[in-house]
Amino acid sequence: MGKSMFDKVWDAHVVKSLDGKRDVIYIDRHYIHEVTSPQAFSALKQRGLRIRCPDRTIATADHNVPTVNQHLPIAEPLSRHQVATLTENCADFGVELFGLGHSKQGIVHVIGPELGLSLPGMTIVCGDSHTSTHGALGNIAFGIGTSQVEQVFATQCLILQRPKTMRITIDGKLQRGVSAKDIILHIIAELTTGGATGYFVEYAGQAIRSLTMEGRMTVCNMSIEMGARGGMIAPDDKTYTYLRDKEYVPREEAFDRAVDYWNTLCTDRNARFDKDIYFDASVIEPMVTFGTNPGMGIPISHPIPTSGHDHFRKSLDYMGFRPGEKLEGKKIQHIFIGSCTNSRIEDLRIVASFVKGKRKFRDIKAFIVPGSKNVEEQARKEGLHEIFDSAGFEFRQPGCSACLGMNEDKIPRGEYCMSTSNRNFEGRQGQGARTILASPLMAAAAAITGEITDVRKMMNHEEI
Amino acid sequence: MKKFDILTSTAVPIPIEHVDTDQIIPARYLKNVSREGFGKYLFYDWRYDQNDEPVRDFVLNNAIYRGEILIAGKNFGCGSSREHAAWALADYGFRVVVSSYFADIFRGNALNNGILPVQVSEQDLQVLFSYIEQVPSTRLTVDLPDQQIKVEGTSWIRDFEIDLYKKQCLLNGYDDVDFLLSLDNEITSFEENHSLF
Repeated sequence: MGKSMFDKVWDAHVVKSLDGKRDVIYIDRHYIHEVTSPQAFSALKQRGLRIRCPDRTIATADHNVPTVNQHLPIAEPLSRHQVATLTENCADFGVELFGLGHSKQGIVHVIGPELGLSLPGMTIVCGDSHTSTHGALGNIAFGIGTSQVEQVFATQCLILQRPKTMRITIDGKLQRGVSAKDIILHIIAELTTGGATGYFVEYAGQAIRSLTMEGRMTVCNMSIEMGARGGMIAPDDKTYTYLRDKEYVPREEAFDRAVDYWNTLCTDRNARFDKDIYFDASVIEPMVTFGTNPGMGIPISHPIPTSGHDHFRKSLDYMGFRPGEKLEGKKIQHIFIGSCTNSRIEDLRIVASFVKGKRKFRDIKAFIVPGSKNVEEQARKEGLHEIFDSAGFEFRQPGCSACLGMNEDKIPRGEYCMSTSNRNFEGRQGQGARTILASPLMAAAAAITGEITDVRKMMNHEEI
Repeated sequence: MKKFDILTSTAVPIPIEHVDTDQIIPARYLKNVSREGFGKYLFYDWRYDQNDEPVRDFVLNNAIYRGEILIAGKNFGCGSSREHAAWALADYGFRVVVSSYFADIFRGNALNNGILPVQVSEQDLQVLFSYIEQVPSTRLTVDLPDQQIKVEGTSWIRDFEIDLYKKQCLLNGYDDVDFLLSLDNEITSFEENHSLF
């Protein structure tokens, strides 16, 4: 029987098989950030240990950082302390840090791929559930807890139970105005927020192949939102074109050798998955969420479903919506375009091309937060910041920003935010904040009209 | 890590599905750099209102429900990988969480912090909720060596599964780092032969 891509990458990293169920897996790349690493560093110190492979470890500060005036000290003392602790720990343990102010700083899941630190065939971990993003390049990438961060620090290994495998194939052509974000919100709405628990997903099919690398990252990013440990996409010429000449990618002959190896990683024709699921891309509409988990999503033309379930009622009460009503036309107050899901240069270009010559609705607050210094710089080079500025959007500095209510960027209680981030949990964007997840294009459309809008109705034929 | 073998306790029911780690501990409380003291932030935004006053009908504020066992709806611990969720539960005093299934990362984090996740069927979960809701003083026994959960004073008893390695870790208070460090030679020889291309 053939092997899946997951099997091939996993098997190449087994240091020792424990009992048929558990393997000791070697980790090629370990990303860390300020929130989930300090306790792991303390534990290392307590045990008198060093980091086994500092050169496989890369740090950045992203969750706590302000997205304006980054040249000033962080105002909030606890955030400042947490970021300072990361800086001290990295210096003490010899870890390369792309900290605040560094030209490579950014959201950990944006900088890894864009610097070429995340490559096909690798095993990649980070104390962050959205580590699944890196799987878009054809590797096994997943989030871990802080105890596991400590394990990787100390031994570069983890003891892992082999997950079940699921293949999600999406064939067909996407409609205009429908993007990678809508694909993944559609899949999660179908499978529910816990529907892929225990599985590692491979995304396949024509609709996935036709996505850009940035789009593929958006899809893989949200794998965790249906409970999957991670998601991966087979590397192809698009992957290689994306990686070639990136800073940390091998050059010339070494690159060609790497490509030869990477080409062997694709799932064999006769490989078996524990679950095989199919979707038709052509029926996917722009998606919006109406509830308080990412599985509570609907196509923009559909009404909110009805359900007598307590969880469902609690969720709608929180959001201030009623079963049976449509979201189209609902007033919103905030737009957040950013996060590890949708803050890459392509996302910014799409938004810029849509809002060019338009102006945001009067009192809408619209934030655009680039995923990294590199994205910010590239956007400025292309003049996107001027387009955002004339449209009344605030173009800020890189960080996790309003995705998680941990830094200064928060949505006030009771107000609605159309957000390109990944979680609409209660309070995720600030206490009492109400989050509607959507694509960058849908968020941009809502910023212009001041209400939830079907972006397809605003698109000219020549646009996007 | 704290050892676990047999626990008999009353239980606290949270019959809500998909309790995510942002509810277990909101992001704004993740700023401490030590593992201690997170219990006071457990379920903060369900436990306290916007003026930091206790929300009266939330179960942790209801004196009739007490205990070291938390029983919650399916997919407990979904969302973020924050181990702070497990630290908050442990610091508050929970040693066991019962649900019909757990999010993967949370399950691992719980086990790494001496909290036992007990998975039961959806039907059994509902039975447990009704026992506790009808008689809040109902005591449950969670027996790790025998892998059983029972309702004291009744014949209700169920087996639960746990990975044998993790069971040994919990029974003995070992953690994965101890074990991995003992594999130093194997890891070194793997590294000598490991190349990505």
